Amino acid sequence: MSEAAETNYLTAGSSLRSWLLTRDHKRIAILYAISITAFFLVGGVAAVLMRLELATPGGDLVASATYNRLFTLHGVIMVWFFLIPSIPSVLGNFLVPLMIGARDLAFPRLNLASWYVFMAGGVLALGAIFAGGVDTGWTFYTPYSSTYSNGYVVAMVAGVFIAGFSSIFTGINFMVTIHAMRVKGMGWFQMPLFLWSMYSTSLIMVLATPVLAITLALLAIERVGGIGIFDPAIGGDPLLFQHLFWFYSHPAVYIMILPGMGVVSELIACFSRNRIFGYKFVALSSVAIAALGFLVWGHHMFVSSQSVVASLVFSLLSFLVAVPSAVKVLNWTATLYRGRIVFSAPMLYAIGFIGLFTLGGLTGLILAAVAVDVHVHDTYFVVAHFHYIMVGGMLMAYLGGLHFWWPKITGKQYSRRWGRVSAVLVFLGFNLTFMPQFVLGYLGMPRRYHIYAEQFQLLNLCSSAGAVILGLGYLLPLCYLLHSLFCGKPAGSNPWSATGLEWQTASPPPEHNFNGRPSSPGEPYRYDRMGKEGGSAEA
Amino acid sequence: MKPGVVMFAWLPEQASTVAGEVDRLFLWMLAFCVLILVLTVALVVGFCVKYRSSKKRDSEEELLEGAKQRRLEYLWIVAATVVFLGFFGWSANLYFRMFKPYEDPLRIYVVGKQWMWKAQHETGRGEINELHVPVGTPVELVMSSQDVIHSFFVPAFRLKHDVLPGRYTRIHFTATKEGSYELFCAELCGTEHSEMIGRIVVLSEEGYEAWQGRSGGAGRFAEKGRQLYENLGCAGCHEPGRLVPAPPLDEVYGRSVALASGARVEADRQYLRDAILAPNQEVVAGFEAVMPSYREQLENEDIDALVAYLVEKGAAHE
Ligand code: HEC
Ligand SMILES: [Cu+2]
Repeated sequence: MSEAAETNYLTAGSSLRSWLLTRDHKRIAILYAISITAFFLVGGVAAVLMRLELATPGGDLVASATYNRLFTLHGVIMVWFFLIPSIPSVLGNFLVPLMIGARDLAFPRLNLASWYVFMAGGVLALGAIFAGGVDTGWTFYTPYSSTYSNGYVVAMVAGVFIAGFSSIFTGINFMVTIHAMRVKGMGWFQMPLFLWSMYSTSLIMVLATPVLAITLALLAIERVGGIGIFDPAIGGDPLLFQHLFWFYSHPAVYIMILPGMGVVSELIACFSRNRIFGYKFVALSSVAIAALGFLVWGHHMFVSSQSVVASLVFSLLSFLVAVPSAVKVLNWTATLYRGRIVFSAPMLYAIGFIGLFTLGGLTGLILAAVAVDVHVHDTYFVVAHFHYIMVGGMLMAYLGGLHFWWPKITGKQYSRRWGRVSAVLVFLGFNLTFMPQFVLGYLGMPRRYHIYAEQFQLLNLCSSAGAVILGLGYLLPLCYLLHSLFCGKPAGSNPWSATGLEWQTASPPPEHNFNGRPSSPGEPYRYDRMGKEGGSAEA
Repeated sequence: MKPGVVMFAWLPEQASTVAGEVDRLFLWMLAFCVLILVLTVALVVGFCVKYRSSKKRDSEEELLEGAKQRRLEYLWIVAATVVFLGFFGWSANLYFRMFKPYEDPLRIYVVGKQWMWKAQHETGRGEINELHVPVGTPVELVMSSQDVIHSFFVPAFRLKHDVLPGRYTRIHFTATKEGSYELFCAELCGTEHSEMIGRIVVLSEEGYEAWQGRSGGAGRFAEKGRQLYENLGCAGCHEPGRLVPAPPLDEVYGRSVALASGARVEADRQYLRDAILAPNQEVVAGFEAVMPSYREQLENEDIDALVAYLVEKGAAHE
């Protein structure tokens, strides 16, 4: 192909300097991709060690102090250094300008700065881990974290605090870009749904992250300065911390799923060769989730001695926030109806996503029922629930998206067979790991337990076995995707015959994204108009 | 493995008045979840098979579009909302009943500390990592923590509540079955969090009497409080003939107290506790803020004893 001969964003400069000082959103996306993969591996190793430890009821592999450090590490790294940046900072960074037909994000320098800030936070957090670790859990509840814990809490909190600014930078950048830089003729309702999810996510990042920063700063002030804010022994209020923390962290849960929903909408439409069912409903439900998500933080505090009335209100709102998610599931399912479905690796990930996300969301209803939550709060039921959303949902979507846009990002084709194998393996391993945890939770096994009662062993063993399969499922893509970089066949500009402006340009795209002006997109997802014969995506 | 350990069960034992009701709600919600999940999976798999691209299909099929599509969406939204509200109502009603305080319960003071549970009965009997209660009797636990946040969790009772430093939290339950049940700490509280476990022993009425029999009669815990009251010199200020003007404590419990700030507060257990630990935060109207804080000198159990004593004093006066 002729386009392969031209320089693209990958070949435009090969020195380290050209990467580290790049302002190209596509290169920055690659920088993020490499860093979060490294963080994922660190968090994953911790998870594997935990599951190995939990194969037996006694504490035989590591000491309690170590175990507590492991789950803290796992939580902090996976939440702030993998899940939150995953889709927005990698796929979002790469795709937002391409999808709207722009040459770059609105603030390229801010974008690069966001990566440096992110890395600074990450290095600090890793430093805290290697210096001796932190054992407070990723939730840093006071007064344990502020007064009693003897780990490197301040360093860890500082790391998260700093990394938070990268979220804010990215959020601002996306919002401005989407508002101001859409190609002529692309109205709000002509945008791909991925952009709606990015926009909603950015909104949460910009509004909620400062609250996290304040909370963590207060925590550090109390710990270092001994000023009573959260510890009642010096005049503070321990519940204040929880309110502030969850005021950020509940919306953050949606930072960790909305982008996945956006990706899945793209995949389902493309591989059913269909228009997305109920475009406006899907788009607006993202915004509804972002808005309602700010009003439900109290459901993390049903047994923290919040008043009965407050608990009831939060319970009601938590039920309601499930409605827009239900709308999405309906629309994805209905998009399959009368499509021409192609079972490519990305599609398998997307189908897996629907199943896992649906179960995760439904069990969320059980947790929203305050009378039941009293029993299952802080047990493995909760652990299973949020892994279904955040791993079953977000991680599946991230991998699905990566497989979908990989040819665009790298210009190479990966092994399709291995792609499908890994999608299936991840799905099975995931269910074997986390399904038993629902039962464990209802039976009463508390989370964050290093040593547990004997009657819980069988289920824990299943879960640990599943984790091994899951681990393999995650390592596979690492192998064949990397392999494709060197040995993959050239992908061509639109290997899936997908709609969307990003497919109009070469793979990998040229430095400035488009040679000439991208054509005006019109209504999105017109797969029905793509030509019945030539336009079907091969698996 | 110990003999008698059940290796597998789907539900934990039901040993309190609310356990059955919580399970019923849970199982109905679970059934609903399974139904929706099965439906979704069936549709997704069904569509995937029926509309797979490799399959030959003849004519143009019509998609759901326009008004039909919107009708489906609204129907789905309304149906979901109605079902959700139904479950909310059910759960709210149950929660309300679960947390409605009992009239005249058997009261036990519980203290959580890294990493053990301590219980003080009104008879003065104390226990560590065990709690004996009579079957069929309403019990109220007045809980506080010596250090960090813990959470009192008894799966067989479907009961859990955080135990906070500096604040009383109260929960109650009525056990329905004799036996021994696991007690867990459910809130991460430090290194030995997973070993902060104990058991609740539910005894028959007679068994409980016999168990208590070895300790003193009712009121011994308050008696311990009275001794502390004298030894710590509270009487020096608070009893008639006092050195420093201080309000009499005979009838303070349960009263509405006027504060120097102009506000009025009800003198409940929390108020009494705060008055001892942070006396200058809420100063009684008409008095000087001269009372010292006892935070440094008192163990949590002692504070509970003092509070129990003041409560008894107040109740005797009514
Ligand atoms: C130095 C004298 C002094 C001593 C000793 C003292 N108090 Fe007080 N106490 C006061 C004064 C003065 C007030 C009223 C001003 C205030 O609220 O701080 C008060 C208030 C109280 C109140 C609130 C009473 C109300 O009417 O609302 C309680 C309860 C109380 N004290 C309990 C105790 C106990 C228990 C001890 C012993 C452990 C104790 N005090 C020791 C001087 C004292
Ligand atoms: Cu504890």
